[in-house]
Amino acid sequence: MWEFVSERWQDIAYRAFQHTSLVVQALVLATVIAIAVALLVTRVKALEPVANAISAIGLTIPSFALLGLLLPLVGIGTLPSVLLVTFYATLPILRNAVVGLMGVSPLLMESAQGMGMSAFGRFLRVQLPLAWPVIMAGLRTSAQMSMGVAAIAAYALGPGLGQYIFTGLTQIGGQNAVPYAVVGTVGIIILALLLDAILLLVSRLTTSKGIRA
Amino acid sequence: MSTASTEAAEPRDARDTGEARSADRSVSGAEIVFDDVTKTYPGQTAPAVDSLSLTIPAGQVVMFVGPSGCGKTTSLKMINRLHEPTSGTITIDGEDIRSKDETELRRHIGYVIQGGSLFPHMSVRDNIALVPRLLGWDKKRVASRVDELLDLVGLSPERYRDRYPRELSGGQQQRVGVARGLAADPPVLLMDEPFGAVDPITRQRLQDELMSIQEELQKTIVCVTHDIDEAIKLGDRILILQEGANIAQYDTPANILAAPANSFVEDFVGSDSSLKQLALMRVSELDLHDAVTARVGDDGAEAARAARSARQGGVIVLDDKRRPAAWVGLREAERVGTLRASSRDLEVVDHRATLNDALDSMLAASHGGVLVTGRRDEFLGVLEFDTVTEHIQTLTREARTGESDEYAITPSEDELQDSSVEDDTGSGSKHGSEDDADPSRGEQA
Ligand SMILES: Nc1ncnc2c1ncn2[C@@H]1O[C@H](COP(=O)(O)OP(=O)(O)OP(=O)(O)O)[C@@H](O)[C@H]1O
Ligand SMILES: [Mg+2]
Repeated sequence: MWEFVSERWQDIAYRAFQHTSLVVQALVLATVIAIAVALLVTRVKALEPVANAISAIGLTIPSFALLGLLLPLVGIGTLPSVLLVTFYATLPILRNAVVGLMGVSPLLMESAQGMGMSAFGRFLRVQLPLAWPVIMAGLRTSAQMSMGVAAIAAYALGPGLGQYIFTGLTQIGGQNAVPYAVVGTVGIIILALLLDAILLLVSRLTTSKGIRA
Repeated sequence: MSTASTEAAEPRDARDTGEARSADRSVSGAEIVFDDVTKTYPGQTAPAVDSLSLTIPAGQVVMFVGPSGCGKTTSLKMINRLHEPTSGTITIDGEDIRSKDETELRRHIGYVIQGGSLFPHMSVRDNIALVPRLLGWDKKRVASRVDELLDLVGLSPERYRDRYPRELSGGQQQRVGVARGLAADPPVLLMDEPFGAVDPITRQRLQDELMSIQEELQKTIVCVTHDIDEAIKLGDRILILQEGANIAQYDTPANILAAPANSFVEDFVGSDSSLKQLALMRVSELDLHDAVTARVGDDGAEAARAARSARQGGVIVLDDKRRPAAWVGLREAERVGTLRASSRDLEVVDHRATLNDALDSMLAASHGGVLVTGRRDEFLGVLEFDTVTEHIQTLTREARTGESDEYAITPSEDELQDSSVEDDTGSGSKHGSEDDADPSRGEQA
C-alpha cells in the first residue's frame, strides 16, 4: 500500500489538486447562482415554494442518472463535471440563502430604507451580511457533498481522484484494485475535511463580529 | 374631513410661531404640512388615514398619540415616503416631497424606530456614520461627527464607538438610534415609539436627554407614542388621533389637559388631570433639600458624624466632578471607612425631569427621595417624597375649591398668549431651565 502511494505520489497530488479545483470553482459558481435565485425568491414571494421544491427534489436525483442525461448534451470531459457538481452544489446553498435572506428582520430592512439606502445598497450592506452566516453554513454542506459528486464526474472522464475509484472498480480482483479504490476514497475524505476547515475559517473571517455566534 | 374645534385657527398661529422663532434663535427644523392627505392600503376599503390636514411648525416637537391602529405610523411614514399617500400632498418647508428623489429625501430626514433597530453587523460608529457616508462626507468629518453625536447622547466615544449593538444595553442602543437619526443633521426627525422597548426609568432618562438635545438643536420632531404621559412631557403640541387618523384634538399639552375637546380626548388623557399635570411640572420648580455631601475617598465616620449633627439620615458621596457617586446610610458610612462610588444605579433625576418621573424614581428607590442633578450631572439637592405629596395635595385642593389661580387647571386665553410670547423669545418654555419657570404657573408656594 505504502509502495503504491509513493510510486504514484505526484499523480495523486495532481489529481487531488484537480479535484479540489473542480469543487472550488463549482462552489463559487453555485454560490453566485444560489444567491441570485434566492434574491429573486425573496422579492417574488410566490417563488418560494418552487425554490424549496427544486432544492428538495434536486437532491433526490441520483448523480449518476443526471450525468447520464448530461453526456449526450455536452459530451465528456471537464464541462459535464463542472455542470454536475455546480448543480448539486447550488441546492443546499439556495435553501440556506432563501432562509437566511428571508430571515433578516423586515424592521431592519425598512429602517435601512427609511435612512435613504438604495435597494441595491440595502441588499449588499444589510441583507446579505446578515444572512451570510446561514449562507456559509449551506456552502459548507455543499462543499462536503460536492467532493463526493466530483468523484462521480470522473465517470465522464472528468478530472480528479474519482478516476482512482473507477479504476479500482473496473479492476476488481486485480492486484492494485483495492489500493486504487482506497487511495481515491481516503484522498477525497481528507480533501473534504481540509476544505471544511478552510471554509470554517473563511466563514469566521467574513462574518461581522457583531453577529458571530 | 377631520376637523377639531381648535384646528381652524391652528395653521396660521403655528406658522407665525415658527417664523418668530426662526427669526431670533437658530431653528434648524423645517415646517411640515399635510394637506388633505388620504391613505388607503391596497385591498382595504376603509382608509387608514382619512383626509388629514395638519401643520407641524418648524422647530417644534409634535407627538402623535391615539389608540392602536388609528394611523399614527402610517401618517409618519408618509413623511419620508415609506408609504405614498393615495391622495393629497405633504410639503416640507413648502416643497412637495414628491418633487424629490425618495432616497435623497430620506437622507435628509432622521428616522428612529423602536429599539433603535441598529444594524447588528455594524459597529456603533458604522451605524451612526451610515447616512453621512451615503451623503459622501469625507472621513475626517464623519469621524468627528460620530464622536460629537456619541457625546451628545451621553455615551463616551472612546468606550462605545467600536462596540457592536449586542454589546450595548437596550437604553444605550436606543441612544445610538437617536444619534444615528441625527447624524446628518437633518431638519426633520421622525420617531416611531422610540422609547417603547426600555424600562420606565431608562425611558425617562432618554426623554430628558431628548429634551435637552432638542433645546439645543431645535429640530422639527414628529414622534409617535402610545404613552400619553410621554406626549405631555415631550410635546410642544400633541396630536390626538382617532380611527382613520381623524384629529380629535391638536394643541399644547397644557390646553389639552385643561380643555379636552371631547369625551374621546377626556378618556384618552385620563380622568385625573390634576395628577397628569405632574407631567407638566419640573423638578426644578420644587424646593430641594440640602444634604450632607462628601467626596469619594473621604472618611466615612467623619461624614456620618456631620450628617448626624445635621439630622440627616444619609450621606451623598460625590465624585471629583460633583456628580453623585453613592448614597449611603449612616451605619454603612461608619462601617466602610473610606467612602467609595457605588456600583448600584443611583436614584438620580435631572432637574428638568417631570414630577411624574421623580415619583417613579422614588418608588423604585429605597431612600424616600431622589437625587437631583443639574448641568453636567452636577448634584443640586435631594427631592423628598413628602415635598412632592404636599405639592400634589396643594394642587388637588386648589383644583377642587378653585379659589386660587396659581395652579389654574384652565389657563385663561391671556395667559396662553403670554406664555406663547415667552416661548418665542426663548425663555419660559416648558423646556426652559430652572431660572425661568413658566409664568402661568405662578410662584413657588
Ligand atoms: N402595510 C400595511 N398594509 C395594509 N394595511 C396596513 C399596513 N400598515 C398598516 N395597516 C393598517 O392601517 C391601519 C393604521 O395602521 P398604523 O400602523 O398606522 O396604526 P398605528 O396608529 O401606528 O397603530 P399602533 O399604535 O398599533 O402602532 C391599521 O388598520 C392597519 O391594520
Ligand atoms: Mg404604529
